Amino acid sequence: MSDSQADLAQKFERVPYIIQLENVSVSYRLPSERIGTFKEYAIRTLQRKIKIENFWALTDISLTVKKGEVFGLIGNNGAGKSTMLKVISRVLKPTKGRVKVFGKIAPLLELGAGFHPELSGRENVFLNGALLGYSREEMETVFDDIVEFSELGQFINSPIRTYSSGMYARLGFAVATAHMPEILILDEILSVGDEAFQRKCNIRMKSFQQAGATVLMVSHGLDGLESMCDRIAWIDHGKLKNVGTPQDVISAYREEMA
Amino acid sequence: MINSTKPVYDSANNRVSAIAELKELSKYRYLLGQLVRRDILTRYKRSVLGVAWTMLNPLGTMLILTFVFSNFFKTEVAHFPVYILSGLLVWNYFSQATNAAISGLVWGGSLLKRIYIPSAVFGVSAIGTALVNLIISIVPLVIVMLVDRAPFYWSLLFLPVSIVILTAFTLGFGLFISSLAVFFPDVGEMYQVLLTAWMYLTPIIYPETLISPNLLPFFKINPMYWMVKMFRLPIFEGRIPNWQELLPAFAWAVGMLVFGWIYFTSKSEEYAYRV
Repeated sequence: MSDSQADLAQKFERVPYIIQLENVSVSYRLPSERIGTFKEYAIRTLQRKIKIENFWALTDISLTVKKGEVFGLIGNNGAGKSTMLKVISRVLKPTKGRVKVFGKIAPLLELGAGFHPELSGRENVFLNGALLGYSREEMETVFDDIVEFSELGQFINSPIRTYSSGMYARLGFAVATAHMPEILILDEILSVGDEAFQRKCNIRMKSFQQAGATVLMVSHGLDGLESMCDRIAWIDHGKLKNVGTPQDVISAYREEMA
Repeated sequence: MINSTKPVYDSANNRVSAIAELKELSKYRYLLGQLVRRDILTRYKRSVLGVAWTMLNPLGTMLILTFVFSNFFKTEVAHFPVYILSGLLVWNYFSQATNAAISGLVWGGSLLKRIYIPSAVFGVSAIGTALVNLIISIVPLVIVMLVDRAPFYWSLLFLPVSIVILTAFTLGFGLFISSLAVFFPDVGEMYQVLLTAWMYLTPIIYPETLISPNLLPFFKINPMYWMVKMFRLPIFEGRIPNWQELLPAFAWAVGMLVFGWIYFTSKSEEYAYRV
C-alpha cells in the first residue's frame, strides 16, 4: 500500500461514511384540496375545514454510503427514490431524522435547467455554473474543457435558443460535470445525445469513479445497475426494504416483481 | 477531499435560518451578479433600442402624465415635469423590484426543486437589477431638468443615502410579498391592483398641497409617502430632509427589512415543497 493510499485509509477511518442518513422521514403536506386564494383560506380556517394529509414519501430510513462507493437505488415509480436524492442533495429538509454529508455534491438531476434561451452558450455556462455554486474563477478554469467536451465549437457564442436539443443537453452535461465532485448524483440522465456522446459521458463517469468520487444513481435499467454499483438499496413505499450487493438485492427485487 | 470530520451539510444545523441564509447568500454572491447580468441583458436583447428603454420608459410615462396633469396643476407647481419624474423614479423602482422579486422566486422555484440554492438569491438579485435601472434612469431626469431649466442643487448629493434607505425598504417588502405569492398564487395578481391604488394614494403625480389637511395624517401612514419625499426634497426643493422627515423613512426601511428577511427565511425550507 503506498503512502497516499495509507493516508486515505486513515482518513477513511476517521470519516467512515460520506453520506449518513439517520432515521430520515420526509412528509409532503398535501391539503385535501388545493387552496389557492386568501378568501378560501380564510373561510376554511374559520370553518376548520383545512384537512392536511401527511403523505410520507420516506419513512425512517437509516443508511450510510461509503466514500468512493457507487451506490444504486431501485424501486417502483413513486417509491421515494427521487425524494431520497433530494434529501441528500439538500433540496428538501427531512421532516424527521438527520442527514449528514461529508463532501460537495454535484446535482445532475435535470440537465440545462436554468439556461436562458436569449443568452449565448458562453454566458449560460457561467450562469449555470453560478447556479451550481461555483465561482467565476472556478468556471474560467474549466471553460475550454466545457466547449471541447460539448463539441459546440463556434456555436458557443450563439444564443441557446438556436441550439438543437442534443446540443442543449451536451452543454448541460458538460457544465454539470466540469468539476469532479466528491459526490455525483445521477437521476436517470444517462440518455444524453447520440450514442457517441453517451459513450463519452460514460467514460467521464468512470473516470470520476476511478478518481474516488462517490456516485449515487437511480435507474430503472437493472442490468446497468448490477454491473456498475458496489451496493444497492431497494426502496418500497418509502421504506428501506433491502440493502446489499447488487446481485442479492436485484434478484430479490426481480422475484417480488415477477 | 475530506479534510475534517465536520460535515459539509448537516440537516440538523442551521437552526437560526435568518442568519444561516445570510451566510449562504454571501457564498453565492457570484450567482447574484450573474442573475442581475442575465436580467439586464435579456430584458432588452431583442429590442432595437436596447437598454435605452430603461430611460425611455419613465420618460414616456412622464411625458404623458405631465401633459395630462399639467393642465390641472400648472399654476400650483413650478417645474412640474421635474416634480413628477422625481416621484415616478422612486415608484418605478419600487414596483419593478417587488414584481421582479415575485416572478424571480416563482421562476427560481423550478430550480429550487432540483438543486440547492439559497432561495433569497432571487429576491436580492431582483432588487439588484432594479437598482441598476434606477441609476440608469437618472439620465432622463437630468435631461428633463436641463430642458425645463430647473435648478441643480447641492442637496442632490444626498441622493445616495435616499437610495440606500429606499433599497432596504424595497428589499424587505419584496421578500415578504414574494414569499406570500409562493403560498397564494393569486397574490401576484392582487398585487398589481394594490400597486395601482397605492400609487394614487402617494403624492407622485399630484402636488401634496392638493391633499386636504384633515386627510394628510392618513397619507403619512403610507411608507411610500416618506420614501418619495426623501427623494423629492433634495431634487426638487433643494434641501436635505430634516430629522422629522427622515426618521419615518428610516424606521420603515429598517423595520421592513428585518421583518421581510425573517419572514422569508423562516419559510425558506418550505419553498422546495410548495413552489
